[in-house]
Amino acid sequence: MADGIDWRLWGIVLLCGAATYVWRALAVAIGGRVSPESEAFKLFACIAYAMVAGLISRMVILPEGILAEAPLSYRLIGVGVAVGVFFVLKRNLAAGVLAGVAVFALLIAFAGSPM
Amino acid sequence: MVSINGKTGGPIVRGAIDATGMPALVLFASMVGYGSMAREAGLTLWTAVASTGLTWGLPGQIAMVELYALGAPVLAIIAASSAANARFLPMVLSVMPLFNEALPRKRWRYAVAQFMSLNPWAAIMRRGPGMNPADRPPYYAGFAGVCITAALLGTGAGFVLAGAMSRNVTLTLVFLNPVFFTLVFADARGRAAILAVLAGVVAGPLFHLLSPDWGLLLTGATAGTGAYLFDRALRGRHG
Repeated sequence: MADGIDWRLWGIVLLCGAATYVWRALAVAIGGRVSPESEAFKLFACIAYAMVAGLISRMVILPEGILAEAPLSYRLIGVGVAVGVFFVLKRNLAAGVLAGVAVFALLIAFAGSPM
Repeated sequence: MVSINGKTGGPIVRGAIDATGMPALVLFASMVGYGSMAREAGLTLWTAVASTGLTWGLPGQIAMVELYALGAPVLAIIAASSAANARFLPMVLSVMPLFNEALPRKRWRYAVAQFMSLNPWAAIMRRGPGMNPADRPPYYAGFAGVCITAALLGTGAGFVLAGAMSRNVTLTLVFLNPVFFTLVFADARGRAAILAVLAGVVAGPLFHLLSPDWGLLLTGATAGTGAYLFDRALRGRHG
C-alpha cells in the first residue's frame, strides 16, 4: 500500500480479533464460580476435548485451503506414522512429529506432487 | 514436552521452559505457513502479525485470510472467522476453575482468556490440577508468553519468506500443526478426556459434512456431553 494505511484491512483484522474474543470473554463471564472438583468442570472439559479433537481430525480428513492439495491418503499415512512412532518410542512427541512430517514431505515430493 | 521437576526457577520460568521446544517450534513453523498465506492473500506485514496477536487462533485467522482474498463482504469475513474459533468458549470455560481462586480480580481472568490457545490449554489442563493454585497463573503466563512470541516471529518470517518457499515446503509446514496436536491429544490422560477425544475425532468430520458452520459446536455439544455421561455412568458402576 504505497498510498498510506489500508483502513479497511486494519478494520477487518481488529474486528476479527474482537469477534474471537467474544467467545473467550463469554467463558470468563459464565465460568466465574466453578470449582475444579465440580461436575460442571468435568463436563466443560469433555466438551473442550471433543471440540478440539474434532477440529484436528477435521483438519486432517476434510481440510480447507492448502492442505486439501495433498491427497487424503498422504495425510492419513503421515498422521498414522506419527501416532505409531509416538507410542512405539514410549510417547516420544518429537520423534513422532518428525517421523510423521518427514513421511508426508517425502510422499508429496516423490510419490506425485500435489500441484 | 520438556519439564523441570526440581525447584529451579519459579513457576513462570518452568512454564517458559516447558513451552520452549516442540510447542514453540511447531507454532513457529505453522505461523510461517500462515504468514506466507497472508501475504498471498494481500495482507501487509503488520496486519498479518497483528492478526496473530489479536485473533490468536489459527483456524479463525485462516478463515479471515481466505475470505479476504476472495473479496467477501466484511461481515461475512468476521462471522466466519469467529465461528472457526468458537472452541475458545469451552476451552476457556474448562480452565477457569483452575484460575478462579488465584485470580480473584476478573480483569486478570479476561487477560488469561486472550492468551489462551491449544498449547497452553493442553499444558494447564494436564499439569494445572496437580499444581499449587497460586503457581498456575505465572506458569501459564510463562508458557503462553513463549508461545505467542514464537507465533509472532513465525508470522513475520513467513510473510518475508513467502514466494521463496516452494509450495511443498509451505504444505509440509501447515501439515505440522495437525500432526503435532494429534499427538498432544493422543497423550490425553484420564478416562473422561480420552473418551471425549475419541468421540470428537469421529464426530468432527461427520458434523462438518452436515454443517460446515455449526459442525464444531455440534461436535462439542454431542460428543463432549456424550463422553461426560458415559464416564459418569462408568464412575457410578465402580463406586
